[in-house]
Amino acid sequence: MVEKKKSGYWLTHLGLILGVLFIFFPVWLTFVASTVTQDAIIYPPLPMLPGTEFFENYANALFRGSPEGYGAKVPVIKMMMNSAIMAIGITVGKIIISLLSAFAFVYFRFPFRNLCFWLIFITLMLPVEVRIVPTYEVVANLNLLNSYTGLIFPLIASATATFLFRQFFMTIPDEMVEAARMDGCSPMRFFFDILVPISKTNIAALFVILFIFGWNQYLWPLLMTTDPDMRTIVMAIDSMIPTGDDYAHWPTVMATAMLAMVPPVIVVISMQKFFVKGLLESDK
Amino acid sequence: MEKRVFFKGWWLPALLVAPQLLISFVFFFYPSGQAIWNSLFLPDPFGLKTEYVGLDNFRFLLSDPYYLASFKTTVIFSTAVSVSSMALGLYLAALADRLIKGAGVYQTLLIWPYAIAPAIAGVLWLFMFNGNIGLASYYLKALGYEWNHTLKGDQAMFLVILASSWGRISYNFLFFLAGLQAIPKSIIEAAAIDGASFWKRFGTIVIPLLSPITFFLLVVNIVYAFFDTFGVIHTITSGGPEQSTTILVYKVFSDGFVSQDLGSSAAQSVILLVLVGILTVIQFKYIERKVHY
Repeated sequence: MVEKKKSGYWLTHLGLILGVLFIFFPVWLTFVASTVTQDAIIYPPLPMLPGTEFFENYANALFRGSPEGYGAKVPVIKMMMNSAIMAIGITVGKIIISLLSAFAFVYFRFPFRNLCFWLIFITLMLPVEVRIVPTYEVVANLNLLNSYTGLIFPLIASATATFLFRQFFMTIPDEMVEAARMDGCSPMRFFFDILVPISKTNIAALFVILFIFGWNQYLWPLLMTTDPDMRTIVMAIDSMIPTGDDYAHWPTVMATAMLAMVPPVIVVISMQKFFVKGLLESDK
Repeated sequence: MEKRVFFKGWWLPALLVAPQLLISFVFFFYPSGQAIWNSLFLPDPFGLKTEYVGLDNFRFLLSDPYYLASFKTTVIFSTAVSVSSMALGLYLAALADRLIKGAGVYQTLLIWPYAIAPAIAGVLWLFMFNGNIGLASYYLKALGYEWNHTLKGDQAMFLVILASSWGRISYNFLFFLAGLQAIPKSIIEAAAIDGASFWKRFGTIVIPLLSPITFFLLVVNIVYAFFDTFGVIHTITSGGPEQSTTILVYKVFSDGFVSQDLGSSAAQSVILLVLVGILTVIQFKYIERKVHY
C-alpha cells in the first residue's frame, strides 16, 4: 500500500464485498430454497430470507428423497456415504502409490528408471474424460461396474501426486540418507521413519486437493453406476431434476445440493493453509 | 537434478513403482491405445463386426458440420470462461493485495467455491434461471426480457459460461494474489516516488511481472473449460438446444454412450488427446522457464 487515501480504502473494500456477494448469492438462494415449502418456490419470486421448513426438508432429502411424483426418489444419506468412500479411496490410494513410486525414483537407481518415470509422467496430462469409452470397457470387462473398486481405481491413474512428492524429496538434504545409512537403516525404515513424517505438510496439502477432486467426480460415476445404491451425491442430483414439464421437488433438490457442497467446503475452510499450499503447488 | 546418495538394489524399487505402473497400464495406456485403435474402425450398425476404415472416421468428422460446430462452440465457450474468470480473479486479487489488514478474511470468503462440484454449480444457476420459477428469469421477465435457455441457444451458452466461470474465480484469485504478493513492494514504492500513478504502476510493473502466471492460468483454465465443465453442461443444457452448447468432450460422451457411435467417438477422443497433449507441452515449457528465473 503506497498511497493512503480514505476514499480509495473504502472503494477497495466495496469492490471486494461486491465480489464476495456475487460468489455467495447463488449459494444463499440455494440455502433459502432448502428451507421453504415447494409452494414458496413455484410461485416466484423466492423470498430472500430462510423459511421454517429446514428440518423437514433436510430430513426428507437425507432419509426419504423427493415425495411421490417428483422425479427420482433418492434418499441421499447412502449417496453421501458412497461419495465419502470414493473421495477417501481416491485420496488415500493416490497418496500411497505416489509416495512409494516417488521414493523409488528419487532414492534408487534401477533398470528402466527413466522409462518408468516418463510412462508415469505422461499420465499427468490426460483427464479421464478423454479416454472415457475404452476405460469404461476395461472396467466392464473386469466386472467392476457398480463397485467401489471401479469407482476409485481408474481415477488413481494420474501422476500429479508422484510428481509433487518427487520434487519435495529432491529438496531433502543428502546428509539425511547418509546419516541413515551409516546407522544401518534399511530403505523402508528410512521411508517410514524419516521420509513420511517430514512429508506431513505435503501429504495434508494433497489430501485437501484430492479429496475435493474425488468428491466432485461426475462423469465417471454417472457412467459406472447403474445400481441406485452405488450412486454418488454429486451425480444423483441430476436425476432429481426431471426434464420436460414435470416439476422437481425443489426444496429437496436444494437441500441435496447443500449437502453435496458442505463436506468439501468444510475441508477447504478447515484446512485452508494446506489447501492454498496444495493448490499453488500442484495445480490440480 | 539427481541425488548423489542412494540406496542399492533393484527389486525393492521395482516393487515400489509396480502399483502405479500397473494402474497406469490398466486404466490409462491400454484404454488410450484402445481409443486410437478403435478410431481406425467402423462397427456395422448391429455391432456384429467391425471394418477397418483407416482414417475415414477422421475424414468424416472433419467434414461433419456438427463436429465443426462443436469445435467452434468449444473455442467460444473456453475463451469466454477463461477470460471472464481470470479477469474477475485478477480484479479481486488486485483489490485484496491493496489491503494491509483483512486480505486474509477476504481470501477465506472468496476461495471456498473451489470446493463446489461443477455439476452442483450447474444446479445452482439452473435454479436461478429456470424459466418457470427462477429468480433471475422472473426479474428479467418483469423488465420485459424473455428468458428461456431451453429454447434459445445464445441464452443457454451465456448460462453455462456464467456457471462455469463463477466456480473458477476462486482458483484464479488465489494464483493472482500469490503472484501479486510475490512482487517486491520496493519496486512499486520506487515507481510511486517517481510519480507513477496507480494505474501507470499497474500497467507497466504489475502486469508484466504477472505475465508468466497469467499465461500458466490461461492454459490451466482452457483445460478446465475443455473437460471439467462437463458437469455444468450436463446438468444445465445437456448440450442443447440444438447442440448449441455441445462442447467437444460432451460430444465424445453423447456420441459414444448415447448414440453408440463408437468409431466416431474414438476418433474424437484421439483428437482431444492431441489437443490436451499440445496444451500440456505448452504448460511444461512454461514450467521450465519458471525454474530458470
